[in-house]
Amino acid sequence: MAKPKLALYWAASCGGCEIAVLDIHEKILDVAAAFDIVFWPCAMDFKYHDVRAMEDKSIDLCLFNGSIRNSEGAEIAHMLRAKSKVLVAFGSCALEGGIPGLANLTTKEDICRVVYKDTPSTVTQNGGVYPQTHSKMKEGSIEIPELWETVKSLDQVIDVEYYVPGCPPQPEQIWAVIEHIISGKPLPPKGSILGATDKTCCDECPRDRKEKKIKQFFRPFEIQTDPNECLLDQGIVCMGPATRSGCGALCTKANVPCRGCYGPPPHVVDQGAKMVSALSSVIDAVEPEEIERILDQIADPMGTFYRFSLAHSILRRVEKA
Amino acid sequence: MVTINIDGKTVEVLEDTTILKAAEQAGVWIPTMCHSEYFEPYGVCRLCSVEVVRGKRSRIVTACNYPVRGGMTVHTNSEKVKWLRKIIMELMVSRWPNVKVVKEIAERLGVEKPRFASLERDEAENACILCGMCVNMCNDVVKAGVLGFAHSGIKREVVLPFDERSDQCIVCGACAHVCPTGHIKVVFEDYRGKKPEFTLGPKTPIYVPTLQAVPRVPVIDAESCIHFKTDGCENCAKVCEPNAIDYDMKDEIVEVDVGQILIATGFDLFDASAMAQYGYGRLDNVYSSLEFESILNSTGPTGGNIVMKNGKEPRAVGIIHCIGSRDINHHAYCSRVCCMYALKFAHLVRDRTKAAIYQFYIDMRAFGKGYEEFYTRLLDEGVTMIRGKAAEIVEGAWNENGDPSLKIRCEDTLIGKFREIPVDMVVLCNAMEPRKDSDTIRRLFSISKSPDGFFLERHPKLDPTSTATDGVYIAGCSQGPKDIPDTVAQASSASARILSLISKGEVEIEPVRAMVQDEFCSGCKICNNMCPYGAIEFVEEKKISHVNEALCKGCGTCVAACPSSAMTGHGFTDEQILAELDGLLI
Repeated sequence: MAKPKLALYWAASCGGCEIAVLDIHEKILDVAAAFDIVFWPCAMDFKYHDVRAMEDKSIDLCLFNGSIRNSEGAEIAHMLRAKSKVLVAFGSCALEGGIPGLANLTTKEDICRVVYKDTPSTVTQNGGVYPQTHSKMKEGSIEIPELWETVKSLDQVIDVEYYVPGCPPQPEQIWAVIEHIISGKPLPPKGSILGATDKTCCDECPRDRKEKKIKQFFRPFEIQTDPNECLLDQGIVCMGPATRSGCGALCTKANVPCRGCYGPPPHVVDQGAKMVSALSSVIDAVEPEEIERILDQIADPMGTFYRFSLAHSILRRVEKA
Repeated sequence: MVTINIDGKTVEVLEDTTILKAAEQAGVWIPTMCHSEYFEPYGVCRLCSVEVVRGKRSRIVTACNYPVRGGMTVHTNSEKVKWLRKIIMELMVSRWPNVKVVKEIAERLGVEKPRFASLERDEAENACILCGMCVNMCNDVVKAGVLGFAHSGIKREVVLPFDERSDQCIVCGACAHVCPTGHIKVVFEDYRGKKPEFTLGPKTPIYVPTLQAVPRVPVIDAESCIHFKTDGCENCAKVCEPNAIDYDMKDEIVEVDVGQILIATGFDLFDASAMAQYGYGRLDNVYSSLEFESILNSTGPTGGNIVMKNGKEPRAVGIIHCIGSRDINHHAYCSRVCCMYALKFAHLVRDRTKAAIYQFYIDMRAFGKGYEEFYTRLLDEGVTMIRGKAAEIVEGAWNENGDPSLKIRCEDTLIGKFREIPVDMVVLCNAMEPRKDSDTIRRLFSISKSPDGFFLERHPKLDPTSTATDGVYIAGCSQGPKDIPDTVAQASSASARILSLISKGEVEIEPVRAMVQDEFCSGCKICNNMCPYGAIEFVEEKKISHVNEALCKGCGTCVAACPSSAMTGHGFTDEQILAELDGLLI
């Protein structure tokens, strides 16, 4: 019997998820033994036309990381969707837009202007030229993918069977997912989130929590934190309470506040909004000016509360140009 | 029991009783100078010397420490005894000719002019006669061990260690209390020589808090009780026949499970020293209303006599209304009870003294049953009513005899004139204000306060006894200034409300409640502090939060705050609300 086929792909991502796959160490040999890897641009030399030539639904498992923000990502997503039996949105970017999703705070026009014109290191010629999708040269014509106005999560572009959160997903969790598929056990219902639990980061965090009353917010470098006390109790904005657990509270164990990469817990629709609502409920002040002053201490609210989830949130993006 | 004969009288006393006590029982006077019931006989003055005859032998002994024996005959007035006492008293009179107690005993013993001249003659009326009572008191009873004798012979004197102020002295005043000549005086000052503030505390460290106290038993004020400073004294335990005094009793915190709570924490009195113009705390004989109430009390510090600090009766008393109330600088509200108790004060001052009485009022609020009649009666009693708030109180001399007195400056608005009224004593009618810790109580029970700071009732007209928290009721001045009839009425109403629920046995609650879905709660403790009804508790074993459904009102504050959406509102879940929105928006 032929081995099941495995495909891995990266769209708009940093490559961390690919490295996370390799972080399962020697178990990668078990993956190679169990699967026939048919597509993995990061690690092996396959061409798009190789995949295009395959029959529909011939790939048993596809781990797709990265958000979709240009025509190439979308094209490959649609192609892999057609060829795969099980397609997994792998990592925070695929799940909810991730860090690239913060580009939705601005417009394509602004991004291009900064990158191709305004940066001091850029020498502009002819008033600056933006990348063109089609350009003709004497050797022939060149076509490059088109940058989209809006960054999208994978499930906003194609249908997805499962989700594995994390930036990147933790190696143990990746292995647990792969192992489950290798073992041939019945698959969970469609739309399930794999490699994470139903509780929040606080569940795994070993710090002592008190009843919250916040009089002042700090950035991590501003104070010496107590390693045993809840970071939020100490005034550091920690996304832990509004973030799904599964990572093992890696960040808070390292004295760093949770960034929220595992996404919202099961019943939360909008992770950032939920955290804002929670924090504003525990501000210990009565006067409006005092509340304003305390809230002003939170640096970069959008980047803090929507660091990973903006593209998939209710807000989605700023108004289009 | 043994039978003895004292000066021809036969008495039956317990064996080992001292002759002095036996003589007391027999009604025979024996002079003493160094003896006190408080401590063991000292036997140093020798004045109690008596002649004891047993069989054919006769000898002189000191009555204060000599135990009786069966068949003993005592002569307290024999020639030998008289001769001895006379010499002792002659020696004392020669040294301390002007001390009252020495003169009295000398007179009683027939000593007129001493035959001796003392080398250390002390003419002072309050000279130290070296009886040693203070030393014994300090060492044996108080157990502070501060006082002692130094030197010997005619140079003998009572001293403090190294002749310096001692940290061991607890300033109990027991030495001054027993000193028969008044040589020892207690000067109340701290180490900087500053006088302590004059306060009207309990008369003794063991006292019954009020005549109305329930149960009516005495309590010990550990702050001022000698026993708690030196482990000594215990005089109260010695005289208590049922042995009810227990020095080891401690304040204890008792936890009681209850279904309903009535808060009646009362009020604090406005501190009039915040209004410097009235000189409270600065000028003598300016009292707050509660202090004056204490002075009027027959079990109070003056036994109900209205006297000034110098012990004299005041010639005129000024009573000033609205101190801190009806005043936008302090409390805007009317304190309600002051007009009537001010009239009561006036009535009692009129009843007990000959003092002239002046009432300084803004307007007279005699609103209750029988109050207006009382006001009219007071006017007939000759109380001078001055409409106008007193401007200030200054020290001023009352010209008659130069005694220091006070002057109240005010505008009499009825005659449109500025007036200065000389008085000896001023009573300020301080506002009632919320207890200083009322905010703590408020948070404990999750109830609100009105702008004046008193606890807020659920509805000012329709529900003046219950609060926003079910099962928590308020009564009395914790809800607002009120007099005794109003307090009784409100407290009765609250009790009736409580009883009606107890007799019903069960309580119906609204179905809209918040609920924690245990499988999604991670115990971040964001919700625990915010519930206005105190319904959210933290389950330590499971490390998750739990909603007490009997307390929850379904307001949804916690549902909005829960960052993991583990908290949901019955009937208002996110899914239901989103479905409703979907239905509306399509």
